[in-house]
Amino acid sequence: MGVQSQSTNSRLRDLAALASGAKLSRLQWSGIVAAVVFGLLLPLLVSDYRTFQFTLVLVYGIAVLGLNILTGFNGQFSLGHSAFYAIGAYTAAIMMDQWEFAYYWTLPAAGVICLVAGFLFGLPALRLEGLYLALATFALSIATPQFLKYDHLEKWTGGVQGVTIIKPDAPFGLQISQDNWLYYFTFVVMLLLFFCAWNLLRGRTGRALKAIRDNPIAARAMGINTALYKSLTFGVSALYTGVAGALGAIAIQFVAPDSFTFFLSVAILVGMVIGGIGSIPGSIFGGIVIVFIPNLAEKISQAAAWAAYGTLLILFMYFMPLGIWGFIRMGYARLTRRRKAT
Amino acid sequence: MLNRRNFVVSAAAMAIALAYGPASAAGKYDPGASDTEIKIGNINPYSGPASAYGTIGKAIAAYFKMVNDKGGINGRKINFISVDDSYSPPKTVEQARKLVEQEKVLLIFQSLGTPTNSAIHKYMNAKKVPHLFVATGAGKWGQPKKYPWTMGWQPAYPGEAKIYASYLLDNKPDAKVAILYQNDDYGKDYLNGFLEGLGAKAKSMVIAKEPYEVADPTVDPQIIKLKASGADTFFNITTPKFAAQAIRKVHDLGWQPLHFLNNVSTSVGGVLKPAGLDKSVGLITTQYTKDATDPQWTNDADMKAWHAWMDKYLPDGDKSSSFNVYGYAVAATMEEVLKKAGDNLTRANIMKQAASLKNVKVPLLIPGVTVDTGPNDFYPIECARLAKFDGAKWVGVGDVICPKK
Repeated sequence: MGVQSQSTNSRLRDLAALASGAKLSRLQWSGIVAAVVFGLLLPLLVSDYRTFQFTLVLVYGIAVLGLNILTGFNGQFSLGHSAFYAIGAYTAAIMMDQWEFAYYWTLPAAGVICLVAGFLFGLPALRLEGLYLALATFALSIATPQFLKYDHLEKWTGGVQGVTIIKPDAPFGLQISQDNWLYYFTFVVMLLLFFCAWNLLRGRTGRALKAIRDNPIAARAMGINTALYKSLTFGVSALYTGVAGALGAIAIQFVAPDSFTFFLSVAILVGMVIGGIGSIPGSIFGGIVIVFIPNLAEKISQAAAWAAYGTLLILFMYFMPLGIWGFIRMGYARLTRRRKAT
Repeated sequence: MLNRRNFVVSAAAMAIALAYGPASAAGKYDPGASDTEIKIGNINPYSGPASAYGTIGKAIAAYFKMVNDKGGINGRKINFISVDDSYSPPKTVEQARKLVEQEKVLLIFQSLGTPTNSAIHKYMNAKKVPHLFVATGAGKWGQPKKYPWTMGWQPAYPGEAKIYASYLLDNKPDAKVAILYQNDDYGKDYLNGFLEGLGAKAKSMVIAKEPYEVADPTVDPQIIKLKASGADTFFNITTPKFAAQAIRKVHDLGWQPLHFLNNVSTSVGGVLKPAGLDKSVGLITTQYTKDATDPQWTNDADMKAWHAWMDKYLPDGDKSSSFNVYGYAVAATMEEVLKKAGDNLTRANIMKQAASLKNVKVPLLIPGVTVDTGPNDFYPIECARLAKFDGAKWVGVGDVICPKK
C-alpha cells in the first residue's frame, strides 16, 4: 500500500477521532437529543408508507454500522455482508414461521448466530489482506443465495419460494399502526446498538482496532492480540448486520434467496462510503443513501436509472469526499472558524 | 419542510375531495379511479438480472398509450404507473406499498416474477387491492378462497403439464413415460400437474423420473438412466441450459421418444440452436399466443393491428420478441375487464369482473384459446395448442387442448 492509502488512512483516523471522541461535548449531546426527538416525532408527520421507508433506513443504518466497525475502524474489507444480513433475516423468518417465536426473540438469536458465523469466517480471513479479503468475502456473498435454495434445507428455508412472515401488532393495546410500532421498535434497537458501538469504540478496544487498521506491525509490537481482535471485530460486525437482517425481514414480511444477492453487499458498502467511513452517526446517513438514492435515480430517469445512480455517486464522491457526515463536520468547523476570526 | 409537505398533501387531498365529491353520484370509485382517470400500478424488473422482461412493461405502457389516444376506457384515460424492482423481493414490497399507499392506484397489474409476487401476495390481499394477471406461471396464483385479490394470466405450469397428459390419454394411452425435472418449485409444479393430469393411470404410465439440481453441470447421467428405463415418451421439464443438454443427449444416444418440452425452454435462439436444430426436429410444446415470426399469421387481422401498433407506438421494439406479443395481449385483457366494470370502478367490482370473464377472445391468442374465469376459477388461460418443431420454427398441430379437470 502506497502513499495514497496512507493519506486516506490519516483522513480516516481524523474522522474516527472526531466521531468517537471519548467524551461528548455539550454540542454533541444537544445534537443527539435533537436527533432522537426528531426520530421519535417522524412517524407522526408522515404516512405509513414513508414510515415503512424510514424503518428500512434504520435497518440499513444498523447494517452499515456493522460494516463500518469492520472497515472504517478496523480496516478490513468485506463484500460479504449480504451473507450475514441473509443469515439474520432467515433466522428471524424461520423462528417466527416454523417455531412461532415472537419477533423480538429473533433479534438476539440472529445476533448470536451471526456473531459465531462472523467469528468463524474471520479466523481464516485473518490470513488475507486488502483485496484478497474482499475477494474471499465476495465469494461468501455470491454463494449465499445458492445455499438458501439448497434442497435439503428447503424444509426450513422454503427454497426459492422463501418464507412469508406476519407483521407484529403493537403490544399493550397501543392504538398505533403496525408500521409505526415497527418503526419505534427498530428505533429503540438502533439506539441501543449505536450506544454499544460508541461504547465499544471509544475506549481501549476502539484504540486497538484503529491501531491494527493504521499499522498492524506496530500494533502487534505494542502487545495487541491482532488475530483475536480482528476475528472478534468480524464477529461483532456480523452481529450488527445480522440483527439488521432480522429487523429487515420483519419489516418486509418476506425472505427469499433473491433478496440477498451480491448487490446488497455493494449497497451496504456504498452506504458506508457515502454516509461516512469510520463514523457512527454517518451510518444512519448510509441507511438514507441505501433507501433513497435508488428512488431518486428512478425519478431522474426511469429508462436509465442506473446511469443516474452512478452519476449521483460520482457527484457525492466529488463534493463530499469524506461522506455526508464528514461534509457536515467540515462545514461546521469552517463556520465556527469564521465566527472566531471575526 | 415536512410540515410544508404535509400541508401541501392535505391541501391537495381537500382539493381532490372537493373536485370528486359531487361526481361520486355518477360513478362509484375507490382510490385511483375518477371520472377522468384510472390509475394502474405495475412493477417490472427494468434493471437487474431479469431486466430482459422489462420489455413487457414497455409494451404494456405503449398499449395503454394507444388506448388513451383512442379516447380511453369509458371516457377515462389510463394513467399507467410502472416502477422498477430489479427483481429484488424487498424492493417489490417497497414499490407495491408506494403504488398503493402513495400513488393510490386502483389496482396492480402484471407485476412480474414468482419470488417478487410472493413477497407482496399477503400484502395485496390484506389491503384488498386487486393484484391482477401477475406475470408468472406458478400454480399458486389461482387460490380464490385464500387469496381472493390475486389472479394469474398465462397457463400455469401445472395446467400446461395437464395438457400434455390429456394429449397422451387421448392419443397414446399405453405410453411409457420418462420424466426429467428441475428439483425446485417450478419443476415440481410441472411434475405434480402432469401426474394429476394422468390421474389413476399415472402409476402405470410413468415408469421413470429423474430430478436434477440447478447447480448440476450436466443432465447426461439422468438422460442415460431414463433411456435405459425403456420409455417411449419423454417429458422434459428443464430450464434453457439443461433443455439444450437434454435435447442433444437424447439425440446422441439414438433415443427417439415422443419428446414434450415445457414452454419455459422453447426459445429457438436460446435453446434449440445450441442443442442443434437438426437434433430438435420433432419436439413438442404448447403455444397459446400467435408467433409474430410465423408466416401462418401474416394476413391475420390481429397480427396486422399488432404490426401497426408496433410501428406507431414501439418503433424501436423487436418484432420477433414474444414479450411484445405477450404485453399486447395481457394489456388487452386488462382493458376488457375495465370496460366491463363500467362506471363502477371499485376494487371489489374489478375483481368481480376479472372473475367473470366468459369465453373472452383476446387479440393474439391462438384461435380457440379464450380467457375464462369464474368465482372459483382464477386461471384465466388454461388451454393451448400443441406445436411441433420442424427444424426452423414451431408449427402448430391439431386443435386447442384444454386440461381435463
